[in-house]
Amino acid sequence: MQKTSLYLLSGLLLLLVLLMLNISLGSVTIPLKDILASFFNAEVEKGTWRYIILDYRLPKAITAVLVGSGLALSGLLMQTLFRNPLAGPYVLGLSSGASLGVAIVILGGAVFGGVFSTLFLSKFTLVIAASLGSILVLLAVLATSFRVKDTMALLIIGLMFASLTSAVVSVLSYFSPSESLQKYIFWSFGSLGNLAWQEVFILAIFWLTGVIISIFCIKNLNALLLGEKYAKSLGTNLKQNRILVILATGLLAGSITAFAGPIAFIGLAVPHLVRQVITKSNHLVLFPAVALGGAILMLICDSIAQLPGSNLTLPINAITSLIGAPVVIWLLVRKKKLYF
Amino acid sequence: MIKETEIKPILQAQELAIGYADKIVAEEISVEINAAELVAVIGINGSGKSTLLKTLTGNLDPLSGKVSIQQKSLKDIAVQELSELISIVLTETHFSQNLSVEELVALGRQPYTNWLGQLSSEDKKAVQKALELLEITDKSQRKCGSLSDGQLQKVFLARAIAQETPLIFLDEPTTHLDLYHKIFVLQLLKKLTRKTKKAIVFATHEINLALQLCDQIILVNQGKIIQKTPEELIKSNLLQELFPKDLVEFDAASKSFRVL
Repeated sequence: MQKTSLYLLSGLLLLLVLLMLNISLGSVTIPLKDILASFFNAEVEKGTWRYIILDYRLPKAITAVLVGSGLALSGLLMQTLFRNPLAGPYVLGLSSGASLGVAIVILGGAVFGGVFSTLFLSKFTLVIAASLGSILVLLAVLATSFRVKDTMALLIIGLMFASLTSAVVSVLSYFSPSESLQKYIFWSFGSLGNLAWQEVFILAIFWLTGVIISIFCIKNLNALLLGEKYAKSLGTNLKQNRILVILATGLLAGSITAFAGPIAFIGLAVPHLVRQVITKSNHLVLFPAVALGGAILMLICDSIAQLPGSNLTLPINAITSLIGAPVVIWLLVRKKKLYF
Repeated sequence: MIKETEIKPILQAQELAIGYADKIVAEEISVEINAAELVAVIGINGSGKSTLLKTLTGNLDPLSGKVSIQQKSLKDIAVQELSELISIVLTETHFSQNLSVEELVALGRQPYTNWLGQLSSEDKKAVQKALELLEITDKSQRKCGSLSDGQLQKVFLARAIAQETPLIFLDEPTTHLDLYHKIFVLQLLKKLTRKTKKAIVFATHEINLALQLCDQIILVNQGKIIQKTPEELIKSNLLQELFPKDLVEFDAASKSFRVL
C-alpha cells in the first residue's frame, strides 16, 4: 500500500510539473516568473502575457487534464465492464457515436434548418447531442455483447458502429454548406484550446458527475473482475451497476468528445500503461492512478502538439494516435497478452 | 436450543421440479443438506446436474416446490443476503489474470466490506485464515495468471472460504486435474467440512472417488434425483443403471466402475 501511495504522490508531482511546463510552452515565450506573477495577480511585465496565461493557456491546460483523466477513466470502466482489455471509448465506437451527435447538430442544422439552426450555436447542445450519441452506441454495443461473448466479435461490432456513423456523417456532409462542413472537420481534428472559462466549467461539471457516478461503481467493478456469475454471488446488483457504468462512461466520453473532439487511444492505452507500474487490480487504487496517468499523457501530447518554438499547433487527435498506437503495439509485443 | 438448530438442515428442497419454461429436467426432488457434510452431485453428461445446482443456488427459479436455506425460502432472500449464505466455485476461466492471489481471495469479503470495498482488520484476518487453511500463504502475492490449474482451484476455494458462508457450491472442481490432485482437492473439501462445519456440495464426474469420500450423494439420472449415503447407493441397483451396459459396469464389491 505504501508503495502505491508513493507512486500516486510522484504522479501528482509529475502532473504539477507538466502543468507548469505546458503553460510555459507556446508561440510566445513568457518567463516563469511572469507566469507565476499572473497566477498570483502580481505585476506582469506585459499585460498581454497575463491575458495569454489566464485566458488561453490555463483553461487549455485544465481542459487537457479533464480530457485525459476522463477518457482514461472511461477506458478503465469499459475494460472492466466488458472484461476485455481492448475495450475503450474510441475502439467501441463511443467517440463515433458522439461524432454522429455533433454532426447532426452542426451539419444537420445547416441541412434541415429550422429548429436545428437556432440550437446549434449553443455549446451545451453539442454536449448533450454528443453524450446522447455515445450513450446510444454504448447501449447498442452492450446489447450485442450479451449475445456475442467473443472479444474479436465485440471489437468488430464497435468498428461497424463506427463505420455506420461515419457513413451517416458522410451523407450529412454531402448536403452541408462548406462553412458548416469546415466547422465539423475542425471539430473532428480535436482541440483542447478555444474553450472559454465558461465552457471549461461546463466540461468540469460533466466530468465531475461522471467521476462521482463511477466512484460508486468501484466495489462492483472489483467484483466484476471475477466475471458476472461470481459478482452476483458476492451480492452485486449487476443490472444497476451496468446502467451506472454506462451512464458514467457516456457522460465522460460524450462531453469530452463534444468539447475537445474525438480523441483516440488515451482511453485504451492509459489503463494498460498504469498497470505496468501499479500491480494492484483494486479499482480503488487504479482509479486515481488511471486518472493521473491520463492527465499526464494528455499534457505531454498537448505540449508536443504545440510544437515548441513554432507558431503551428498540430491536431491533438493525430498526436494521441501517433503516441498511443505504437504504445499498444509495444505492450502487445512485449507482454504477448494484455489483461483487463 | 442450539442443538435443535444443529439438527435442522442448512438447505432443504421439497417437492421440487426443476427445468426451463419449455422443458422439465426433473420432478419430485427432495434434498436435505446438513452442516459439516460433503455432498457430491453425480450423473451423466446433460442429465441436469447444473440445472439442479443453479436452482439450489438461486440462479434459476424452480418450476414448482421450494428451496429453503436455514428455514427461509430462497425466493425471499435478496442477492445481498444470499451472498452471506452461499459461496460458489465455478469452472469459469474468464476472470482477470492480473489479480494477485491475495486480492482474489479478498474479493470473497465483499458482502462484509463498506461501499468502497475497503478491508477492515477483521476482513484481512479472514483472508489470511483462508490462505493458511489452503496452504497458499506463500503464494499470496503471485498473479493468478501464473498459477497452475490445481493452485488456481485452491485460490478460488480460499475465496469461497473467506466469504464465510455456511454453504459452498462447486461446479466440477476436479476437471483439468490429474488423479493425484483430484484426490487432493476432494480430501481437502472433506477436511474443510470437518474443520469449518460448512456444508460443501459439488458436481462431479468422479463417481468412484465420490463414493469413497462423500457423506451424501445426489444422483441425477433420467429425470429423477435421489439423495442417499454412498453405502445405500451401492446397495441399491441405481448405479448399475447409470450408464449403457455395453462398455462399463458397476462392481458393488469393489465399490467402483469397471471397464468391460
